Order: sequence, then structure tokens, then C-alpha cells
Amino acid sequence: MNSGGMNSRIGYIAFNTFREAVRDRVLYNLIAFALLLSGAAILVGEISIDIERLVVVNLGLTAVSLFGVVIAIFIGIGLVSKEIDKRTLYTVLSRPVRRWEFVVGKFFGLTGTLVVNTFLMAIGVFVALLCVAHKFEKMDVWVLVALYFIVLQFLIVCALALFFSSFSTPLMSAVFTFALFVIGSLAEDLRGFARITQGAGGWLVKAVAYLVPNFSALNAISQAARGDPVPGRLILYNSVYALLYSAMAISGAVLIFQRRNLK
Amino acid sequence: MSATRRVNLVASAVLLFSMAGATATLYAIDHLRWEPAAQEALYVRSPKVLRRLSLGYTGLLADIYWTRAVQYFGEQHHAHSHDFRLLAPLLEVTTELDPKLLPAYQFGANFLAPKPPSGAGLPGAALALMQYGIEHNPDQWRLYYNLGFLYYTELKDYPKAADAFARGAKLPVTNPFMPILAAQMAQHAGEFDTARMLWFTTYQSTQEAQIRENAVQHLLALQVDEDVTRLEQVVEKYRQQTGKLPTSMGDLEGAGFIRGTPMDPKGHPYRLMPDGRIEVRDPESIFFITKGLPPGAEPPQPPQRAQAASK
Repeated sequence: MNSGGMNSRIGYIAFNTFREAVRDRVLYNLIAFALLLSGAAILVGEISIDIERLVVVNLGLTAVSLFGVVIAIFIGIGLVSKEIDKRTLYTVLSRPVRRWEFVVGKFFGLTGTLVVNTFLMAIGVFVALLCVAHKFEKMDVWVLVALYFIVLQFLIVCALALFFSSFSTPLMSAVFTFALFVIGSLAEDLRGFARITQGAGGWLVKAVAYLVPNFSALNAISQAARGDPVPGRLILYNSVYALLYSAMAISGAVLIFQRRNLK
Repeated sequence: MSATRRVNLVASAVLLFSMAGATATLYAIDHLRWEPAAQEALYVRSPKVLRRLSLGYTGLLADIYWTRAVQYFGEQHHAHSHDFRLLAPLLEVTTELDPKLLPAYQFGANFLAPKPPSGAGLPGAALALMQYGIEHNPDQWRLYYNLGFLYYTELKDYPKAADAFARGAKLPVTNPFMPILAAQMAQHAGEFDTARMLWFTTYQSTQEAQIRENAVQHLLALQVDEDVTRLEQVVEKYRQQTGKLPTSMGDLEGAGFIRGTPMDPKGHPYRLMPDGRIEVRDPESIFFITKGLPPGAEPPQPPQRAQAASK
């Protein structure tokens, strides 16, 4: 099979995953997001002083992140099991589509859905920002960086959800992925704890601390709200980290899915 | 090689490479982000807000905040920083989330009270923390003991130290040394004996190895301080009797003031200096000593005192 055919097969699966998500009314969350953001902007403007921008950025980006993580988990965990339940997987795999292409295609489809969703939410954040501040400022560029970090976060969550769904039930996959998201959000504390723990226990904690995904470094929401700059090197390292971690989880999913008995 | 096998090999290689790469990148990220400015932030200072956010899981949240306080103190101490501005708020949040978390009072007061770099140099905050602890745990003799210790060592307020020990001594479950400490404190007699009893009580009232080791180090340091004080008094007596300073320990022994060569607790002989002072031979070998040091030298501290929890 040539690489052009392989790319088109992955692209086809990705596009179908995206189309299915849209058909499942995933993008309806945008309505809730718009209501939340406009409501908060109006309310805070009425009852507080001088924190409208902070609230719009903090609340907007937190909502982007949480909505996205919830979507990533709940769609990600069903990507494989749903296809098996509906027996559509057998149709797909009976065609010249390899199992690994199916996994990678599903991953790209889900991340594509989230990128589109994030893009639309980002427009909402900037519109709300414009409404409360009446103009864009130079420091608003850090909001874009924080949004980019959120997209990187989604890459990892999607990969993890797919990894767990390759061998576990949807419910357990959701529990595992959400647990890793929570642990990963506290990863810096975990590594700080590892640094002050001695002996074999220290090595164990260190190993766990470096193995769980580091979501805390991918959270620049507070800095963006305050207008604090994010170092260029952090942007580079975070990008590399998210790509490598996603590649790790996806290759794990491929290895498991290759061995899985689908009969 | 079959296609499946090839896919497995490639996926395994990608898995290993990305795992190694992700770990290395994370290591680099840590070195970028663990600069003081990035770490030193306590976004929610209100325990009431945190209590509501915790959805009732206040015990767990208190444990997390206590761990953060320990880490923060350890980090600042390790960096020889004199800036401990987040320590008191972290402890306040911890103890308000879980007022029964005794280690937060016992160790927290010890992090707060001593002067930097050993502690935050905030004896007032340490006092407030201990009083809050006693208010919520009035039957814990250890808290009265810690309060008395704080008054004695950091604030030099002997009547209040005596009062704290006396209140602790009246509890149904207490330590037998508490009434003795209260009496000694009230008389403010025998400084070394009192300090020795305080550290001995600390030693025998805990099973924590690091705290016991710290108490042993303090007891050794007290021994040195007492020896040096006594030997310098002997030197002064010799000078008054002979009109000149002794040139060696042999002079003091010959005059009948001492028997044999006096040794420090590590087994090294004390040194008699030309100006009549007494010095230990290896000042770095005995931590916390305040006497017997070369002029201008700081009392040596053990490495990583933060981890040893200083008490």
C-alpha cells in the first residue's frame, strides 16, 4: 500500500469521525459557552470593579479547557467501542484499512473536532474581551498562547482516551482518563513531592511523577489573564512534550489494538 | 517480515522514543517553570472560599495545603532564601481547613519562628498558629509544650513559657516532664538544664527518626555550650590567680582546675586559644553550637534542615 493511499485512508477516517461528532450535536456546547461568557461579562461589569477583563479571560479559557476535556473524554472513550457495538468496525477493517490507520485516523478526527470547537470558542472569548475592554491590547497575545496550550492539552487527553478505550470499557476508560487529567493537573506538586522524598520511595514517586501527563505546565490561563508573558522556550517545550506524549499514548493504543481479538 | 510485525516494531520504537523524549522535555520544562516567580503564588488565600470549593473534602485539601507548606518551606530553605512570605498564609489555610491537623501546628510553628535562614523569622505568626491550635485542640499536651518551647527559645518570655507548660501539665493525658519544666521556667534557673530537659522531652515524646536525630544534635550542642562556658570560667579563674592566661590545657591541669584533657562530645579535645577563649577542634562536626566557634562564625546547621523538620 502506498503512502498516498495510507494518508487518504487516515484522512477519510478522521473526516468521518469529525462528521459523526458534529452529527452527535457536540458543537451544541458552544451555545452554553456563549451564554456563560456573555452572562458573566455582563454580571461582573455590574457588580465588580476593574476585573472584567480578568474574569472574561479566566472564565472563558477555563470553560474552553473544561468543555474540551469533557468532549475529548466522552467522545474519545466511545470511538472504538461504539464501532465494535455497531459492528461498523468490521466493515471498515474488511476494506484495505489497517488497524493502526483506524486508530490514528480516529485520533486526528477527534482532535480536529476539538480544534474547530476551540477556534469557535476562542472567537467568543475575543468578542467578549472586546465588549468589556472596548479594544484589543498587546497583552491579549498571551490569551492566544494560553488557547494554544489548551489545544495541546486536548491532544494528550484525546490520545489517552483512545489508549484506554483500546482495551477497556467506556466507563472505565472515562474514569482512567479523568483520573489522569486530575493527577496531571497536580503534576508539579507531585514532582515537588518527589524531589523531597528520599530512597526507593522517592524514585518510585519520581517515576510516577514523570510518567503522568504534565497538564500543569500546559495551563497558562492565570498568566494570560494577568497579561504576564509566557517564555518562548516554554511554548517550544510544551509543543514538543504534547506531541511526544500523544505519540506515546497513540503507539500504546496501536500496540494493544493490533493484538486485540475483535471476533 | 509480516506487515503486522512491522507495525508492532514501529509502534514499540515510537512508544519508547516518545516516552524518553517526553521525560526529557518535561525535565526541561521543570527547569523553566521552577523559577521562584512562577512558584510563589497562592491564588486562593481565603480558607472559607477553599472550604466551599472542596465540596466537603476539607481533610484532603488540608493535607494538600500542608504538603504545599512543607514543600514551600523546603524550597526556600534549600535556596537559602530569606523570603518566606507565603508560609504563614499556607499554614493558615491548612489549619482552618482542618483545625485538628496537629503536625501543621507542631512543625509549622517551628518553620515560622526561627530567624532566617533556619526559619521565616515570624515568631508572632508562630504564636498565633499555636494559640489557634490550642483553641481547637485543648486536650493536646504537645501543643502546650510547643507553645512553651516557642516562648522559651524564640521570645525569651519565661513567665509565659512557665504558664504554657503548667497548663499542659494539668491535662489528663500529659508528659511527666511538663510540671518540672513549668517549675524550672518559673524560676528561670539553670539555663542549660532547662534546655536539656526540653530537648530530652522532645526526644522521648516522638517516634519520628528525624526529630529524634535533631533533638540528639541539640543535646550534643548544649553539652558543648556548657563545656565551653565552664572551661572559659576556669581560664578566667586561672588568670585571676596567676595574673596571666594559661598557654595550654596542661597549665589548667597543673593548677588543679581540670582533670585530664577535656573532650567535646565527638571525642575531639577542646582547644585553648591564645586570648583565653575555648574553641572546638572541628566546628562543622557539631551542629547548632553557639559557643566554642571561631570569632564571627555562624552556628553550623545540618544540611537539608527543612527535611529534618527542625524539631
